[in-house]
Amino acid sequence: MFRITAGRRHPLARYAVLLFALVLAGSVYTLTALGDQSADAAIATGKVDDVAEGEKLFEAHCMSCHGTDAVGTAAGPTLVGVGAAAVDFQMSSGRMPAATYSGAQALRKPLPEWVTPEKIRQIGAYVQSLGGGPTVPTKADVSTEGADMAKGGELFRANCISCHNWVGAGGALTEGKFAPPLNEATPEQIYEAMITGPQAMPVFNDSVISPQEKRDMIAYIVGVRNQTDPGGFGLGRIGPVTEGLVAWIAGISALALAAIWITAKKRQTND
Amino acid sequence: MSTPTAVPKPIAGTSGWLDDRLGAGNFLKRNMRKIFPDHWSFLLGEIALYSFIILLLTGTFLTFWFKPSMGHVIYDGPYEPLKGVMVSEAYASSLHISFEVRGGLLMRQIHHWAALLFIAGMMVHMLRVFFTGAYRKPRELNWIIGVLLLSLALFEGLTGYSLPDDLLSGAGLRITQGVAISLPLVGTYISFFLFGGEYPGEDVISRFYTLHILLIPGILVALVTAHMILMWVQKHTQMPGKGRTEQNVVGAPFYPAFMAKAGAYFLFTFAVLAGLGTFAQINPIWLFGPYTPADISAGSQPDFYMGFLEGSLRIMPAWEINVLGYTIPLSVIIPALVPLGIVMTGLALYPFLERWITGDNREHHIADRPRNNPVRTSIGMAGITFYGVLWLLGANDEISANFQISLYATTWFGRIAIFVLPAIAYVVTYRMCLGLQRKDADIIGHGVESGVIQRLPHGEFIEVHVPPAEDIEAHMRGKEAIPMIDGAEASETDGVPPRGLRGPVGRLRARMSQAYGGEKIPLDAGHGNGHGDGHGEHHAAIGSGTGDDKSLTH
Repeated sequence: MFRITAGRRHPLARYAVLLFALVLAGSVYTLTALGDQSADAAIATGKVDDVAEGEKLFEAHCMSCHGTDAVGTAAGPTLVGVGAAAVDFQMSSGRMPAATYSGAQALRKPLPEWVTPEKIRQIGAYVQSLGGGPTVPTKADVSTEGADMAKGGELFRANCISCHNWVGAGGALTEGKFAPPLNEATPEQIYEAMITGPQAMPVFNDSVISPQEKRDMIAYIVGVRNQTDPGGFGLGRIGPVTEGLVAWIAGISALALAAIWITAKKRQTND
Repeated sequence: MSTPTAVPKPIAGTSGWLDDRLGAGNFLKRNMRKIFPDHWSFLLGEIALYSFIILLLTGTFLTFWFKPSMGHVIYDGPYEPLKGVMVSEAYASSLHISFEVRGGLLMRQIHHWAALLFIAGMMVHMLRVFFTGAYRKPRELNWIIGVLLLSLALFEGLTGYSLPDDLLSGAGLRITQGVAISLPLVGTYISFFLFGGEYPGEDVISRFYTLHILLIPGILVALVTAHMILMWVQKHTQMPGKGRTEQNVVGAPFYPAFMAKAGAYFLFTFAVLAGLGTFAQINPIWLFGPYTPADISAGSQPDFYMGFLEGSLRIMPAWEINVLGYTIPLSVIIPALVPLGIVMTGLALYPFLERWITGDNREHHIADRPRNNPVRTSIGMAGITFYGVLWLLGANDEISANFQISLYATTWFGRIAIFVLPAIAYVVTYRMCLGLQRKDADIIGHGVESGVIQRLPHGEFIEVHVPPAEDIEAHMRGKEAIPMIDGAEASETDGVPPRGLRGPVGRLRARMSQAYGGEKIPLDAGHGNGHGDGHGEHHAAIGSGTGDDKSLTH
């Protein structure tokens, strides 16, 4: 204790205190932010009255924007024909219900209490009953078993990265819209996004990209995002922007400090 | 320390042998004791120098395995997500270096980090030289060499960045081709000449390879050598201070003091580069994928030093002119050439413009403190802001995507900020310089706060001010008035201005000279006790404190 007190007027003491405070704040945040529930869209076994249950849920949670019988209002588009896949994508990623949303497009966010895989399935069944549409992919549809990663990569580069970036880090679009990062998307969500075309995204139906090719792409996206960066810290994998920041903030700053330190060392002379 | 008695025989023998044949003894005797002034900012250029050495070494390593060919091969290496994909030989060999050659990825990463620090080092060095006026006579030519080095380094970076033939660098290459082809009249020819036909052709990688590893580095080495020799011959500038004049250099001798510091600084640079190369991934070409002209990625960015060109391209409105069936794409020509022209030409011409405006034809070996030349410093800060806005806007898609700001909002911010912020930076810097000059004048005039509070007999409390430390005062007193052209001041009041200041150009020159030159805040102004009394005891300060001097009483 005495040694700490003695050092409190040391020139480096204020930096040490600052660093300590930053580390403390960071650790507390990391620990408290850990309890983030994952949006697992696994679907339980079906019930007979899913459609009826789904209609009730729809009326309670969705109708104010999407209108009676999901025909749409000024606040929300019609859901007739969008299919259960669209419902599962939007709800399992937390984009819907979007009661508080304002801006160019809905954001991925933590799910509300009441949104469970079962409730999503029931609303999906109701929307599916209104006018058909793409259905939720099965486990086999998104299985990456035997998928060709390299082929998927080529398709991914040809079709996806112009908005989503080469590793799916996301990117900006026009009018405040954006392509979200793919880091949190589950294989089911990736598949559903391709067949339903949510927000600004175009539809990649089975005649454009076959189901097998979709599985290849999912294999590539998931495989690359789980890959350990061989070169050290990935710096967000967004390329030269963060690299340039590191070169200046870490590189030039460190060398400027080294220069100051070196020149501060004066030879002791007697004259 | 033991006193040296005799030189050991092995050393005396060898050096004698060499001296008899090379006559190096005289040369060394003269140069090993060369004095170098000590200031941390004088080492910034060495970041670039040492990075360049490391670039040459790591680059040589990379050439042992790199194949500068655009021939198609099927990738069959250990990186699973690309297995079986058709790639160019250049890309395949870069992956080979990254994943199969022992130490290859580390070398690639150090090489790339060194490239960034090479140019960043040049930039900070150049800013130091600019803001201290170290480019003034007799060093204008060395300044020009520096501007050439920076321009060449940008080109060297561009060619090297393109070599791995990955998707990201291909986007940069495509923009380069777009700029080339947008040039009026010659654009198409230049593009076809550069790429050996239609873009992308089969030649550009091997041509860039020759430029990158032979031609440009050769010129760089020559210019760096010239830069160093000129610096050596002309001697380094020094900051103003005690005993420092225009005729001497105060500092440490090259051997041993400066050599040890320079050597240590090389090791620091190497350590930073090795550390970055080890711990921070750079240019992960395996994630980008091979280049095909059909693919483009969101977030495609150039390396930082090209960011300002990227930014100017991004904020430029889509203007074009059609003349006689030919299209002149202003939306490409203007952003590609105008900011680059402003920055590089402005840098190259600045010493000559300043000399023209101030009429200052003297040699300068004592550097200016930035505050003491407010116009220059403000122009520099306006330039940094101009460059900085463009640089920032080069990353506007990443800013937009990561901070949830509309992309269009960032574009419009840039379009306005590019004109407004440099002007604001100019004014703010100018006021700050004058404020700092006033602070100096205050310290010279009144001394510095001693922390001692005295109570006077009639009850008043004052803080005793003491004269500034001798070296600090000498540093401040290094300030001198910025010269003006003879007669510039008189030209407006007297009837006939002197020759050379007549006519519109002459009058402009006179006005600029008046704004640029002169002493804005004299160090000793307005204080009768200022000059000699700086060294007086504190009762002198007390005496003045009770009277006109409010800053002493709190």
